[in-house]
Amino acid sequence: MKFKLFAALGLAVALAACSSDKNTGASTGAGATAQETGPAPGSEADLVANVGDRIFYALNESGLADDAKATLDKQAAWLARYPQVSVLIAGNCDDRGTEEYNIALGQRRANAARDYLVAKGVAASRISTISYGKDRPTADGDNEEAWSQNRNAITSVK
Amino acid sequence: MRFDVQPLIDDNQAQELRNLFSRRALIGGAVATGVLALPLSARAQTTPATGGGEAEITVDQARTAPIPIVIPSFGAGLGDQISGVVISDLEGTGLFKVMSGQVGVGGTPDFASLKAQGARAAVGGLASGSGSVRVEMRLWDVLAGEQLQGTAYTASSANWRRIAHIIADVIYERMLGEKGYFDTRLAYIARTGARHRQTTRLAIMDYDGANSRMLTSGEWLTLMPRFNPTRDQIAFLSYANDRPRVYVFDLASGRQRILGEFQGISFAPRFSPNGSQIVLSATRGGGSDLFLVDLGSGSKRQITSSGAIDTSPCFSPDGSQIVFVSDRGGTPQLYLMSASGGGAKRISYGQGTYGSPVWSPRGDLIAYTRLSGGRFALGVMGPDGTGERILTEGFTVEGPTFCPNGRVIAFCRQSAAGAGGAGFASGIGTIDITGFNERPVQTGTGASDPAWSPRDV
Repeated sequence: MKFKLFAALGLAVALAACSSDKNTGASTGAGATAQETGPAPGSEADLVANVGDRIFYALNESGLADDAKATLDKQAAWLARYPQVSVLIAGNCDDRGTEEYNIALGQRRANAARDYLVAKGVAASRISTISYGKDRPTADGDNEEAWSQNRNAITSVK
Repeated sequence: MRFDVQPLIDDNQAQELRNLFSRRALIGGAVATGVLALPLSARAQTTPATGGGEAEITVDQARTAPIPIVIPSFGAGLGDQISGVVISDLEGTGLFKVMSGQVGVGGTPDFASLKAQGARAAVGGLASGSGSVRVEMRLWDVLAGEQLQGTAYTASSANWRRIAHIIADVIYERMLGEKGYFDTRLAYIARTGARHRQTTRLAIMDYDGANSRMLTSGEWLTLMPRFNPTRDQIAFLSYANDRPRVYVFDLASGRQRILGEFQGISFAPRFSPNGSQIVLSATRGGGSDLFLVDLGSGSKRQITSSGAIDTSPCFSPDGSQIVFVSDRGGTPQLYLMSASGGGAKRISYGQGTYGSPVWSPRGDLIAYTRLSGGRFALGVMGPDGTGERILTEGFTVEGPTFCPNGRVIAFCRQSAAGAGGAGFASGIGTIDITGFNERPVQTGTGASDPAWSPRDV
């Protein structure tokens, strides 16, 4: 499974390199036709499917857990592969905090993710950040499972 | 879930808003929707209204024993609607017990029968006219057998609700010795659509939920409206162009402008008591700092730099201090400091974490949100942190805002969401500062972030 994924990524890199003169990784046209299945290399869908677009935080925390760092390591490698791609990191919170505090906490989370990527060599100019506080929950319910999903930083291609 | 509203207000709406906020506008002049109030001639057999009589009943007394007051209909049609709103205003406080009965405006009422009915006060009212409406109102002290107030109000009939609120304010003040809060408005955030991506609009309505109107289109996430002291501007947070920052909306012109330039997100604005400055927070690194922005010059001054999250600042009514939230000690708590910055001292020491403090216009209380065990509560404490009292609790209750006389708090109440967001509701409630008389404000859409306007000046 893991081997197959790496093989597919290798192919994607090769294809992207071939067409990099005219074609940006973020575009969908040529990349999509070049690949039998799967998202265009360097695209948002590629990030979601093959890298992981989000990391999760503990309650009231902005510290990066080991699995969060592992995901960010993959994002850093992916961004190194597609240097033309810029991203937006959006910090979010569960709804167990006040609206105002959560705006700041979400931004703290987004900035923690950005700082980690920058430390891994991604140019700061390629990363912008935003916080939606508790106003853009990913999971709609109000239980521990939903809250743990809603405490996140989501990376998207700009 | 689309609303039939204009994204930006047009000139007519702007004129309407301007008129709504100006009581001084006279009928027959260029502006025809203000309210003109003139004293009625005193009846020969009664003591004339003194204009500043001492009320014999306090708000605290009225809480335990609501004031029995007779208020008959002010006449057919519009008259009945006006007396209906007066009754709703007074009954809504929990401080009055309104009864029906005969009073009239033409002569002295039958005090003996009103007394036998158990009434402490009585109101006579009569509305006449159609395009412009004239309402004569007399307030009587039944026990003393004298007139407390006699006034004729004239306004465009489109403005009839405002006349009713002004009459209710007069009755409240004459009976309780404190100014009423019925001729006021709430700015709020109207919420529609699925919970995971709600459409949010800056909106304004009468304090009782009537005359709601949307001020922004809902294209961008919009939060945290706050009135200026002269209630003609609203500061708020907008995510316009994906750049969240504080804007100031001018109600008269319908125009909005960005307030200052900040690297991060600027949010949580509050006007200073004299209206010349806004205090807000702006994110930086792992935290947020507090800034004062001068509205005249646009210059800004940083007043905290803890490196932690400092947010939700609010001035004391005398402008000398600022209460705010900080997690500099590890968890979000309430702190007090000088309005020029410096000398921050923690004041919240109860169980859990604290947020969204707001200072009472009377100066004696700070209302706040408290979180403990995953549940929210709304409380008040003295400015030194003593005398903490929880007023109400719930899954989410937050963002208190005081009415102008400091007797009532409006806040946001939200219910928990189940699968797919089912069961989620967001609305505005009001509650007396003693924790008595909690009531919902009826809004046509979901609502949050209430901000009570000051009184007309």
